[in-house]
Amino acid sequence: MIVAGLDMGVQNVKVAIIKDGEPISYGLVPSGFEPEKAAEQAFKQALEKAEIAFSDIEHVAVTGVGVELAPRVDSKLSIISADAKAAVYLYPSVRTVIDVGAEESRVINCSEKGTVLDFTLNERCAAGAGAFLEAMARALEMKIEDMGMLSLKAAGTVSISATCVIFGESDVVSLIHKQEPKHEIARAIYDALAERITSMVHRVGLKPDVVLVGGVAKDVGFAAALKRKLETEIIIPKNPEFAGALGAALYALENAGGKLK
Amino acid sequence: MSGDNVEYWRWREYRLTVPNKKWENAEIITLGVDVGSVSSKAAVMVDGEIYSLSVMRTGSSSPDSAKKVVEWALEGTGIKLSDIHYIVGTGYGRVNVPMAKSTITEIACHAKGANYIWGPTVRTILDVGGQDIKVVKCDEKGKVLSFLMNDKCAAGTGRGMEVLADLLKIPIEEMGAASLKVEEEPDPVSCTCVAFARTEAMGLLRRGWSKEKVLAAYMQAMVLRMCNLLERVGCEKDLAITGGQSKNIGIVSRVEKIMGVKPLPMPNWEEDGRDPMAAGAIGAALFAKALYEKAQKT
Repeated sequence: MIVAGLDMGVQNVKVAIIKDGEPISYGLVPSGFEPEKAAEQAFKQALEKAEIAFSDIEHVAVTGVGVELAPRVDSKLSIISADAKAAVYLYPSVRTVIDVGAEESRVINCSEKGTVLDFTLNERCAAGAGAFLEAMARALEMKIEDMGMLSLKAAGTVSISATCVIFGESDVVSLIHKQEPKHEIARAIYDALAERITSMVHRVGLKPDVVLVGGVAKDVGFAAALKRKLETEIIIPKNPEFAGALGAALYALENAGGKLK
Repeated sequence: MSGDNVEYWRWREYRLTVPNKKWENAEIITLGVDVGSVSSKAAVMVDGEIYSLSVMRTGSSSPDSAKKVVEWALEGTGIKLSDIHYIVGTGYGRVNVPMAKSTITEIACHAKGANYIWGPTVRTILDVGGQDIKVVKCDEKGKVLSFLMNDKCAAGTGRGMEVLADLLKIPIEEMGAASLKVEEEPDPVSCTCVAFARTEAMGLLRRGWSKEKVLAAYMQAMVLRMCNLLERVGCEKDLAITGGQSKNIGIVSRVEKIMGVKPLPMPNWEEDGRDPMAAGAIGAALFAKALYEKAQKT
C-alpha cells in the first residue's frame, strides 16, 4: 500500500510517501506565490525518487496552513496532530514536541501513542518563529545559513529582546553601531528566540524526551541556544522539516487501513 | 522584489523656510532635533516661532542622521550652528544627537509641539510614527499628564504601510485615499504583525480581493490597535494626531469613525511649518527656548 502526507507550509510545501508501512521518500518545494503548483512539484520530486506514479497513491492526508490549496485531499489533520504522530513514530520515548516553522511555532505534549495531550501556539507574531531569524540575518547582512555556525563562537556578552521583529532589527542595528562582534550579535539573536520558545515549553510543561522539528531545527545556532535555555537534551531528527508531512502520511496510512512495518 | 525601480514606500523628504521671517535681529534662536526610528526631523525656531524645518529618512547611524537633518534645516537660511543658542534632542535616537545640549523624551516634546501647532485646546495626542504608537494626555500648557505606548510590538505602526506600498505598488502618500475607495469596509485583517504584512496581504490578493480592499482591512486593524490605546488612556477632546501617519487620510478618517471624535484638522503646514509629523522637533525647539531662558536667569 502506498499513501502520502502533504504539509502545505507557509514557506515550503513538503511531501512524505509511505510504502509498505515504511517512509520511503520525501519532496520539498518553496511555496512561493502558487502553493498549488509547489505541491504538485513536491509530489513529483518524492514520486520520482520512489519510482511510483501519483495514481498509485491510495490516500493523501493534508496538513499545514494552506490546506485549501492542496491538489488532492482525502483527509485533513492539524499540524499539531501531525507533529505528534511523526515525533512518536520516530522516537517512541518523546513526550514534548517543539516545532519551529517559518511563521509559527508550536509546543506539544503527547502520549506514548502520539496523541496530543496539550499544546501552545505562537502565531500572529513573527518574533516567535523562523521569520525572526531571517529578519535579523538581513539586519546583520549575512546569510542565515552562516549565522548559526558563527554564533557558536560567541560567549554571550550581549543580548537583545525578541518581543518584536521590528524592534529586534533596531536592537541589532544599534549593536552593529556599537561595534559589537558579529558572532556575539548572532548568539544574542538565537538566545532571544530560544527564550521565547522556552517560555512556551514551560507553559505546557517540559516532559522528556524532547524533540525539535520544523525548518528552524536545522539551524545549529538555534539548537544550541534552545539547549542552553531549556537545560536539557534535545533530539533533532535527520529531516526535521518533514515532521508535518510524515505525520500526515502516518495518518493517511491509518485511514487507508494500512499497517506500519 | 518589486521588479521595477520605483520605490513606492519612499515618502517625500522636504525642507522649508517660513516666508517673511527674519532671524538676524532675533533674541533667541533654538533648534529641536527629533531622530525617530524611521524619520529624522529638525525645527529651527526664532523667538519661539518656527523659522525652518526639515524632515528626512533616518539612516543606519543616528549621529549622522541628526547631523544631516540639521544641516538641511539650516541650508540657505544663513544661520550657522554657532548662531543657535540652545539645542534639544528627542526621539528614539535622542542620546545620539551630538550637537544637543539636553535631551527630552519624545512624549513631552509631542505634547509641547501639539500645543504649539493647534493651541491650548489639545488634551489628547495620538502619535503614530514609524515604529511607535503613543497616546499622550496633556493640559492646556502642553504639559504631559499621562501616556501609554506600544512597547512590545510594532503592529499598527507606519512601518506596515511601507511594506504594503511596495507589495501593492501604490505610492505611500496615496494609500490612505486608496483605502477609502471601498464600497463597504471589510473586516480588519486578523494579524497586524509588520513582519507578516506581506504574506497576509498576498493571501488576500490571491483570494481575489482588490488592492483597495486589502488596504482598508489592514488600516482598519491598525486603527483598532490605536483606538485600543486611546480608550485605555481615555480620549478627551480635542484630539490631535501627530507623527507620519497624521498625513494618512485612511488612518485619520477611521480613527474619527471608530472613536466618534473628530481629530483636529491638518494645519496649513506647507505655509507655516506647523507639520504634525515634526511635532516632536517643534516641541524640542520650544523646550530649548525655555531651557535657554532659565539658564540666562540663573
